[in-house]
Amino acid sequence: MKFTSSTAVIALMAAAMPFAAQAEIRLGASVSATGPAAFLGDPEAKTIEMMVEEINASGGINGEQIALTLYDDGGDPNKARTFATRLVEDDEVVAIIGGSTTGTTMSILDVAQEEGIPFISLAGAISIIDPVREYVFKTPHTDRMACEKIFADMQARDISRIGLISGTDGFGASMQAECKEVAGDSGIEIVADETYGPQDADMTPQLTRIRNTGDVQAVLNAGFGQGPAIVTRNYAQLGFEIPLYQSHGVASNAFIDLVGAEAAEGVRLPGTALLIADQLSEDDPQYQVTTDYTALYRAKYSDEPSTFAGYAHDAVLLMADAIARAGSTDPDDIRDALEATSGFVGTTGTYTFSPEDHLGLDLSAFRMLEINDGDWTQLD
Amino acid sequence: MDALLQFIFSGMTVGAVYALVALGFTIIYNASDVVNFAQGEFVMLGGMITVFTYMAGVPLPLAAVLAIVATAAVGVALNKLAIEPARGAPVVSLIIITIGASILIRGAAQLIFDKQLHRFPAFSGDAPLRVMGATILPQSLWVIGGAILVFVGLWLFFTRTLTGKAVLATANNRVAAQLVGINTNWVMTLSFGLSAAIGAFAGVLVTPITLVSYDIGVGLALKGFAGAMLGGMGNPKGALVGGLLLGLLEAMTAGYLSSQYKDAVAFIVILAVLFVMPHGLFGSKSVERV
Amino acid sequence: MGSRRKWIQLAVLAALIIVLPFFFPSSYYYRVGALIFVNALAVVGMVILIGYAGQISLGHAGFAGIGAYACALAPEYLGLHPGLALILGAVTSGVLALLIGRPILRLKGYYLGVATLGFGILVSMVLTNERALTGGPDGMSVADPGLRGMLRDLGWRLSVGELWYGVSAIALLIGAWVALNLFDSPTGRAMRALHGSEVAASTVGVDVARQKLRAFVISALYASVSGSLLALQNGFITPDVAGFMHSIEMVTMAVLGGVGSVLGGTLGAAILTTLPQVLTIFAEYEQLVLGAVMILVMIFLPQGLLPSIARRFRGRDE
Repeated sequence: MKFTSSTAVIALMAAAMPFAAQAEIRLGASVSATGPAAFLGDPEAKTIEMMVEEINASGGINGEQIALTLYDDGGDPNKARTFATRLVEDDEVVAIIGGSTTGTTMSILDVAQEEGIPFISLAGAISIIDPVREYVFKTPHTDRMACEKIFADMQARDISRIGLISGTDGFGASMQAECKEVAGDSGIEIVADETYGPQDADMTPQLTRIRNTGDVQAVLNAGFGQGPAIVTRNYAQLGFEIPLYQSHGVASNAFIDLVGAEAAEGVRLPGTALLIADQLSEDDPQYQVTTDYTALYRAKYSDEPSTFAGYAHDAVLLMADAIARAGSTDPDDIRDALEATSGFVGTTGTYTFSPEDHLGLDLSAFRMLEINDGDWTQLD
Repeated sequence: MDALLQFIFSGMTVGAVYALVALGFTIIYNASDVVNFAQGEFVMLGGMITVFTYMAGVPLPLAAVLAIVATAAVGVALNKLAIEPARGAPVVSLIIITIGASILIRGAAQLIFDKQLHRFPAFSGDAPLRVMGATILPQSLWVIGGAILVFVGLWLFFTRTLTGKAVLATANNRVAAQLVGINTNWVMTLSFGLSAAIGAFAGVLVTPITLVSYDIGVGLALKGFAGAMLGGMGNPKGALVGGLLLGLLEAMTAGYLSSQYKDAVAFIVILAVLFVMPHGLFGSKSVERV
Repeated sequence: MGSRRKWIQLAVLAALIIVLPFFFPSSYYYRVGALIFVNALAVVGMVILIGYAGQISLGHAGFAGIGAYACALAPEYLGLHPGLALILGAVTSGVLALLIGRPILRLKGYYLGVATLGFGILVSMVLTNERALTGGPDGMSVADPGLRGMLRDLGWRLSVGELWYGVSAIALLIGAWVALNLFDSPTGRAMRALHGSEVAASTVGVDVARQKLRAFVISALYASVSGSLLALQNGFITPDVAGFMHSIEMVTMAVLGGVGSVLGGTLGAAILTTLPQVLTIFAEYEQLVLGAVMILVMIFLPQGLLPSIARRFRGRDE
């Protein structure tokens, strides 16, 4: 089975070769379009495909078309490593985008580092870019930055004692650890620390425990997927009167729909400009990129792009920009050009990479949002 | 005190969800000795089909009925296309078939529907009921009531109806059942249809609380299976008690010990119970399976 | 099965391992091959447990997890060489299997299933929750055992893919050899006797509990080493390796290929490992196809692929 299919593919490729020879840039991607992280990976996969089509439709990069090979690693780090190997060895790509979760990213970055292929990750953990690895970049904010942004807002409201409730999935656990690490520096004391499983149906016991901890002034929920929606609904059910903060993991309109406007009222979270593209003023630096992308995504998939989809959008454009500036398809040239990226405006923020910084975003890229009457209000 | 009550409410809600899934296992198991690992997918289908027909403008009650009927049809199809042709295969093969079916249904659902989370409104609103400082959502009462309803229905079915007894007879000895004139093929079809319908009914009830997406089936089936085994597989009473007990255990552990290890405590208790009672709390000793 | 049959099976396996690389268009295929062998090793363990002794386990990924994390944790915290960590992991798995096996194996059928399931979930839960130690769900890095450097010093330059293809293949061959020897040994015969009927086996003097425990411990060792090899070649490990889906995968591979047969189990591992790679063009339909394959094989070849095919051939010969 394996052989017949690979021979067929080789035959196809051979047939296509004379026309495509040289005039194509091989871009690889491995995202978690299915499995437990499909919530992240599905819109990412859609975005990568759409943006590559867009670039090709407008003449490609330096006159060359992008040939995209996209794999679905199902959120399994083992599969991600196999696909990364396949992208490099078999598909001979010059750059890789992907790694929806930290686990899959770590698997891919090993291969990228070993083979010297530039790789832009779509996952949150700070460990991806700290310490800096030569060939590894990433577009999302780190979880630590989300914690800092939230804590700054809490401080402005004179909140210092908080309860933390996190999902036990990769996203929740990573943010939980990061928040605990930076809480002290931000003048925040985490007095209750609870968790829930990613598929749990009711979190009232954990929330009750937090409430009974005594003078808790706010609750922060680190997680993505269904957990935060259920936490928010349970929060309303229990009649909490202190503020609830969510993470950037749920920064999407779907979250408000799932929770219901009533229960979501007053919830605050750090989000990106993409989420409030419709509200941005025309002189906002991110106005153009977010409205363009949102319009494209809506037209193609009749759905709203999520923050995660925005990470993928930025990754594709950053890579395309680097390839264009490098003027070559040599992985090392692309890497060097990528590292020289400066003032690149994406949906997530404005990226400036350097040899010491392979994320290139600062806290200003985050915008503190509050849900009011079922819509987002920008606070800062 | 109000904390304890809150934990109990939470445990009952979650436990009733598990119990509904566990109850779905019993009919097929009683008819064929097969634990149908696609049971969680029936729950998912119940929720997803309701969501999508509801979004298409069909009134919620009608959407729910449509979802239950459609899922029952999937159950019948599963029996006709995958279980019946494999007649006589060892039980481990039948397990693989149901796992295969679960993967297949999940794969189809992500193509037909989508990979997003969905929810539809609770039947009686979202205003929580307050009891002595603790709160419970009306939808939780629907779920608990649903679990009890299904339990009573199943109990009556197996003890009071000829068809129910025919199902049990088929499980005991297929050839003997055929000899006394039971159409065993029909019994199997009925079992799968009913189990699927119960699963879908569960999906309809729990979606406003747990939300639904194409991949919730595995987790639900796992907990439902654990609950059913705790109570004793095949016994509706065992499914109900096992499911509720599992939910209460989790809630109590989360409330009093550690939310991080609540699932661990639940499984440790299951292991402990099985060591003392190898056939679960209400399981019969006479049957040796697999 | 005579000893000639045993050597034929091993020879077939070895020949495939040696010949296949000549057809590999790129070194990515070594990676897929290595994964097949690592999975097959765990599956051979399942063949002993399910196929020989007739016991089920839905939690053997727990042992794979122990093996994998031993290779990640022991070098980091105990300063142990990753190769020794593999042995440490196997010993830990074996001892644990011995301890929990006795009470668990008194259970039968689905009750055994849920008990082993519980064990697997407990292991994966510890790996997920003890973030300070294991890195939690994000996983942790595994130190390079330095095999490549060692071989280079001996003048043997291998790529990462080639190296692990070789190492995993040798591990599988040894595993298969042990399993095939076991099949014909008195222990193997005793195990197979209780597969048929425990009551009958005990009346002819088989110590049922002891044979079950043996099969359980041996299969745990296989799973543990398989997990270790996976960790070492990936250089990075997450709790997924101990997850429920991995347990199910092991059982499915064993049953799909032919649960009583070492070569069949290997075939099952090969098919399920390559399927996602073959289906990438239709990634959307991957689950659909996987589910359909499982159902169709079980309907039309209920004994599993290899035994059913072999029977058909034999039927023609006679």
